[in-house]
Amino acid sequence: MTPGDTLGDTPNSGAAITLESVHKWYGAFHVLQDINLTVQRGERVVVCGPSGSGKSTMIRCVNRLEEHQEGKIIVNGIELTNDVKAIEGIRREVGMVFQSFNLFPHLTVLENLTLSPIWVQKRPKKEAEQAAMEYLERVHIPEQAKKYPGQLSGGQQQRVAIARALCMKPSIMLFDEPTSALDPEMIKEVLDVMVGLAEAGMTMICVTHEMGFAKTVANNMVFMDEGSIVEMAPPKEFFTNPKSERTQKFLSQILTH
Amino acid sequence: MARSGETPGQIIAREEEPKDVSLPPPKAPPTSPVLAVDWVRQHLFSSVPNTLLTLLCFWLLWETVPPLIDWALIGAVWSGGDPQLCRDADGACWAFITEKHRFILFGLYPFDEQWRPRLAMALFVGTLLVSSYPPFWRPWLGLLWVAVFTSCGILMWGGVFGLTPVDNTRWGGVPLTLILAVVGLVCAFPLSILLALGRRSDLPAIRMVCVGFIELIRGVPLISVLFMASVMFPLFLPEGVTIDKLLRAQVGIILFTAAYLAEAVRGGLQSIPRGQFEAADAMGLSYWKKTLLIILPQALKVAIPPIVNQFISMFKDTSLVIIIGLFDLLTTAKTALADPPWRAFYIESYLFAAMIYWAFCFFMSRYSQYLERRLETGHKRS
Amino acid sequence: MQQSLGQPAKRSAWWNDARVRGVLSQVFVLGGIGLLVWYLVSNTLANLETRSIATGFGFLEREAGFAVSESPIPYSAADTYYRVLVVGILNTLKVSIVGIALATLFGTLAGVARLSSNWLVAKFATIYVEGLRNIPILLQLFFWYTVITQTLPGPRQAFNPMPGVFLSNRGLQYAEPVWDPTYGLMAGALAVGIIGAWALGRWAHKRQERTGRLFPTFRVGAALILGLPVLAYVLGGAPTELDVPALKGFNFRGGGTVTPEFAALLVGLVLYTGTYIAEIVRGGILSVSHGQTEAGLALGLSRGLVMRLILLPQALRVIIPPLTSQYLNLTKNSSLAVAIGFPDLVSVANTSINQTGQAVEGIAIIMAVYLTVSLSISAFMNWYNRKIALQGVR
Repeated sequence: MTPGDTLGDTPNSGAAITLESVHKWYGAFHVLQDINLTVQRGERVVVCGPSGSGKSTMIRCVNRLEEHQEGKIIVNGIELTNDVKAIEGIRREVGMVFQSFNLFPHLTVLENLTLSPIWVQKRPKKEAEQAAMEYLERVHIPEQAKKYPGQLSGGQQQRVAIARALCMKPSIMLFDEPTSALDPEMIKEVLDVMVGLAEAGMTMICVTHEMGFAKTVANNMVFMDEGSIVEMAPPKEFFTNPKSERTQKFLSQILTH
Repeated sequence: MARSGETPGQIIAREEEPKDVSLPPPKAPPTSPVLAVDWVRQHLFSSVPNTLLTLLCFWLLWETVPPLIDWALIGAVWSGGDPQLCRDADGACWAFITEKHRFILFGLYPFDEQWRPRLAMALFVGTLLVSSYPPFWRPWLGLLWVAVFTSCGILMWGGVFGLTPVDNTRWGGVPLTLILAVVGLVCAFPLSILLALGRRSDLPAIRMVCVGFIELIRGVPLISVLFMASVMFPLFLPEGVTIDKLLRAQVGIILFTAAYLAEAVRGGLQSIPRGQFEAADAMGLSYWKKTLLIILPQALKVAIPPIVNQFISMFKDTSLVIIIGLFDLLTTAKTALADPPWRAFYIESYLFAAMIYWAFCFFMSRYSQYLERRLETGHKRS
Repeated sequence: MQQSLGQPAKRSAWWNDARVRGVLSQVFVLGGIGLLVWYLVSNTLANLETRSIATGFGFLEREAGFAVSESPIPYSAADTYYRVLVVGILNTLKVSIVGIALATLFGTLAGVARLSSNWLVAKFATIYVEGLRNIPILLQLFFWYTVITQTLPGPRQAFNPMPGVFLSNRGLQYAEPVWDPTYGLMAGALAVGIIGAWALGRWAHKRQERTGRLFPTFRVGAALILGLPVLAYVLGGAPTELDVPALKGFNFRGGGTVTPEFAALLVGLVLYTGTYIAEIVRGGILSVSHGQTEAGLALGLSRGLVMRLILLPQALRVIIPPLTSQYLNLTKNSSLAVAIGFPDLVSVANTSINQTGQAVEGIAIIMAVYLTVSLSISAFMNWYNRKIALQGVR
């Protein structure tokens, strides 16, 4: 039995992401060990675990920013192989938000947002800009459109980064510790945007330590340690009744903190 | 939000208990565990173009390295004062170096007295090594340098303690190159600090004078400054007063270096946060006290790596004095070739001089990188 | 600062007033410099008088009386000093412009090679960069000049790597096409091609903004620029007459020539400056964080587009300012031509100084020319830096 099976057989919803016995090594270091995970359409999975546990690597494998060496990853029914066109296609379907924002500093906020619609989806500039403005309004900063990323606060930058990913109209969003680089007072503005996304039914995998957020939106919690998935459960059980000792220890550290 | 038509978020009912997945048994990476093979594959043959490049490199190596070894080692003539031996051989004529190295290293310095520049250089390089270690940057190091400079001067000039006097027109080779570079740096340094402070001064006239000097010198080639020093300085002085060629070139190098060093120092000054100036003002320090006690110590620390880099380029630039007829290392290497029987062995001569320059500059640049890492104490404004 | 509390401010001595002090110190400095300049100038004038050297630029009108080994414009020993200096300036510009183009190409290749994932390629590039940048450029120039003049055979035994090309210790001789009106037509076609490609680029950009459709601007533009001159050549009857260099006596006649002096200077400048450019390019590429590439890829951009839209624009901002100062250095280093006898500005000015004794004027001309070049390039750089400065990057 793989943990992924626990999610199976949900009626009228196919799997958006499937990982089957995925292994990855950095040199001789085994970063991902036998990862099995299935994320259904519309499902929201929050991944947590100590640093270096492989959680970032795992979600970076999903849009092939990292290559896995063994096992299968299937996204929207397409298996990740070395096929460059297939990978580009999958990346268009999967939006990603990084810990360090990675906005393009030489482009304005609006240009950051329209870059991919114009060059990848080949849409007219006007149309792309209108769509981008709508997304900026959803993340509550339409007035910053003409500014450069360096002129914004961290929280604003991360919201721009979320809007940039949404401009691709992705069906899946990956969040790689989106609030770890932010000052405490800015975390909420970013989390609010993410909660809004979740409420709208976006398929999401979030790597985060914001347990309040996890309790609100997650369908499923995943705890990783030393490259493996140690425990997987709906948040209610995960927080009240963790099975593994390592999970208990991790939760006690992070919650009493 | 993104796609209205899609399934809304749904909480999936779960019957099964969550379970603790035990760690799978350790598994070896799918690639070969033999590290060397792995390394070669990754670094040389990772893709088709990479493999082609690697093969091209191997071909280049195959074409160049064996003939080079033949030339430099197997077919080379190592000693013997007869150039004919060299001409008959296929390889390098290292005999040229054995024959001429004293001239290349020390120029026209009297042959029997060459232990003096040798000793002076040893003293000098030794002190340089000692001062390259930051914990030794204390007042006694300054005194040591004064002592070393004095003894080097005595050794080179002679005339006291029973040493035969040697006129500085006979100095040459490596000692001359070192003197031009080091005296250039030492004298240009205070001047460059004044120029850098002047460039940031609030007083417009002073600022303009400094900016004018710095930009003028930085805008023209060193050779024109050296020409000016060698041709125009004699015109500047009142009749009857003359200064010798070495001193004129040295002054030219000092002026040139000062302008470039000033920019390095200015970079250091600019890295000092405004608050430091304000704090010093708030303590009631006068301009010079503020500058000497608070600003310069911090600014110079930041400026040390660029100053060392400037020293490296100045060390290379001293070779330009060949054009105004001084006997530095490059001149001696070139002049050694003027001896007709040895004329053909220019590669050996230039290679010998090049290796001396290279060793100095390479280790200095490594040292500057080391300093940069060592001195990084959060001065960077990000 | 010295007022005591509760009492009206005591009037401080006038020399403690900050403004007075500022003015005084400026007066002192300017006065000192003025005195020094006056002293030097009066000495110089007195010296020039005792040596009976005329001052001023009148000598420029006189006959130079010396030949130069190569000149882009017609020049003979009977021409004036003015003309020989212009020849020098043109030669300086020629070697600098060709040198800058080649050094950029070579340095960029080496810089990219140092970052190559191929270990051997990276090591080759490292050896080149670390090896040559630590050896004085002048030594390298002497070396290349000696290699060309001593290792290569004389004109009679010249290498003949392909028909019409001869390599000897007199330099490189090559066949040149004889002038034909068709070549004028080709130049015109090239100009039309460049303008056409530019217009095409603008049209494609507008269309993309309007409809979103991409156009292969680069390929079609390149085809225009290359294809139109070829078309013109064929239409003009494809003239094939060549001026082939031939051995006459001890040297070649006819065809084009690259002199040993020019070749040595060019090779030396390109190899030396290339090491610095390689480091600048490497630094520029490294300065763009890997996160930028990842973000671009995550948006579905292809590797080519990531390079063109994200990496290059950011790396160029870092690369261009130090690159310009290397261009300036190359131009200034070209003055070392005097050491191997290439008639650049410094070289001909030096000869003029030796012949006329007009040292002050000669050196002033050298400095003025170089300053003009440097200052105009700095002005351009300041403008460029303002234009591309990253907004709000802290």
